[in-house]
Amino acid sequence: MTDTALTTENLTVTYTGNREVEALKGVSVEFPANQLTAIIGPSGCGKSTLLKSLNRLHEIQPNVEISGDVLLGEQSVYNTDEPVPELRRRIGYVPQTPTALPLSIYENVAYGLQIHGDYESKADLDDRVEHYLRKVNLWSEVEDRLDAPGAELSTGQIQRLCLARSLAVEPDILLCDEVTSALDPVSAETVEETLESLKDEYTIIMVTHSMDQAKRLADEVVFLYLGDCIETNDTRSFFENPQHERTAEFVSGHTVVGDDDDDESESTAAATTVAAER
Amino acid sequence: MDRYAKQRLFGLLARGAAALVVAVMVLVVAVTIYRGGRVFLTDPAIAITPPGSRYMLEGDGGFLHAVLGSLFIVVPATVVSAVLAVSTAIYLQSDYSSERFSDVVNMFLNVLWGTPPIVYGVFVLTIIIAIGARTSLFFGIVAIAIFQYPIMTRYTDEALRSAPEAVKEATYGLGGTRFEAALMTFRAALPGIIAGIIMGFARGIGDAATVLFTTGRSTNMPGGLFEGATTLPVLIFDQAMSFNAEVRSHAYAASFVLIVAVLALIIVSKLLAGRYARYAPGGRHS
Repeated sequence: MTDTALTTENLTVTYTGNREVEALKGVSVEFPANQLTAIIGPSGCGKSTLLKSLNRLHEIQPNVEISGDVLLGEQSVYNTDEPVPELRRRIGYVPQTPTALPLSIYENVAYGLQIHGDYESKADLDDRVEHYLRKVNLWSEVEDRLDAPGAELSTGQIQRLCLARSLAVEPDILLCDEVTSALDPVSAETVEETLESLKDEYTIIMVTHSMDQAKRLADEVVFLYLGDCIETNDTRSFFENPQHERTAEFVSGHTVVGDDDDDESESTAAATTVAAER
Repeated sequence: MDRYAKQRLFGLLARGAAALVVAVMVLVVAVTIYRGGRVFLTDPAIAITPPGSRYMLEGDGGFLHAVLGSLFIVVPATVVSAVLAVSTAIYLQSDYSSERFSDVVNMFLNVLWGTPPIVYGVFVLTIIIAIGARTSLFFGIVAIAIFQYPIMTRYTDEALRSAPEAVKEATYGLGGTRFEAALMTFRAALPGIIAGIIMGFARGIGDAATVLFTTGRSTNMPGGLFEGATTLPVLIFDQAMSFNAEVRSHAYAASFVLIVAVLALIIVSKLLAGRYARYAPGGRHS
């Protein structure tokens, strides 16, 4: 059994906007170290919510209440004296939309190191930028135009730039929010290959709405449904031998149709997530 | 009427409206440039010649005093206002301020934006009277800065608002502080912010009503921060009212200088914003 990198303990997230919605209802999951865990589930069931609550990224939004805790190894994420930015640095986050920072390609990767003052000299910084661009298989495509704006790259390249940027601050854990959903199939494949090559070194937690992607990439799968964690298992058992009826239905492609109550709260949860993410 | 006839009708109306606006605009600019250019280009020195003692009566000398007055008032006012506006907008858009508070402040800023500039002029004038001061360059700067502030703040606020949320999230995701995230959003919004500052500058340099009450209509060269002065728009107003044809023709020359300056400013801002737009998320399209 592998070590656990991150654990959620009875994590509850409530959006307290116009209508109060419990997006996560006491989720307790363990994310194993140096593996890729995929969080799957139907839209609006709390996937992104779970991901963002792992490094307290929620706190930048208004009207969110969180109870329960997240443990990074032994350390509590929510009850700690450590400044939140330092925590987030150890739990990196790659947003869903590939977005270059308004800087050059070089500066995009160097930025994290610069704000943390985490390099010795300009030469050291150069080395690291090259190192991480190589790691995401982007170096050969950009080495002759490092000073060009990051935003001028293609969407697929930008997403790999985002990965390099996140890796540069040496996080223990990488949170990826549907990182291939905005990409064309070819770019998505390149990003998947990159993730594949990274997963031995990093603990990656990835939200995906593609079950094929989860099958291809993930070591572990967490299945969320309407804010509840229904099942977690290693990928093979999860898809071949689902333990829970809902999982079986979801995996077989028959979208789970609950009773009317369920449907309503699902759509509300979806609406609220969208509202909160705006 | 069938659907396609409606479509044609709408197209016709839209084109008509656009043509009307463009025609009026072209007319104003063309007449100013043509008539102003005719006066100005035969004797460009009038823009850099101080006014003679009987300038407003007979048009001896030039209107350097108004050119300098405009610069001395609008440049400092823009700097002060831009600093305040950008700080306010960053505060309103950042996670330091609640959404409701931002909405209320924005509503007031919109009201201020719609307030006629003469109101600002009178407002500052009452202060001048209350503290027993005289109209001067300084109070012109104050009035113009107040006038520009809501314009620049709203522009900056909109620019920051349209910067992608992912920029902020990514900065936080790297371990950035709230300040660093705000700074990054600022960089992403820079093209829009520059446009807002230039727009404020252009409105400031073109406004007569605020300056009229606060700086006066001096016909001497600006003598100091607490001395009276005048600006191009006020001068143009005074010149255009003159009985002397020579003085009236100088109004066209002054208008020419003003309109060319504003045009140049807008071109510079486009170039500058374009430079930063390459870096903005979404690339050149934004």
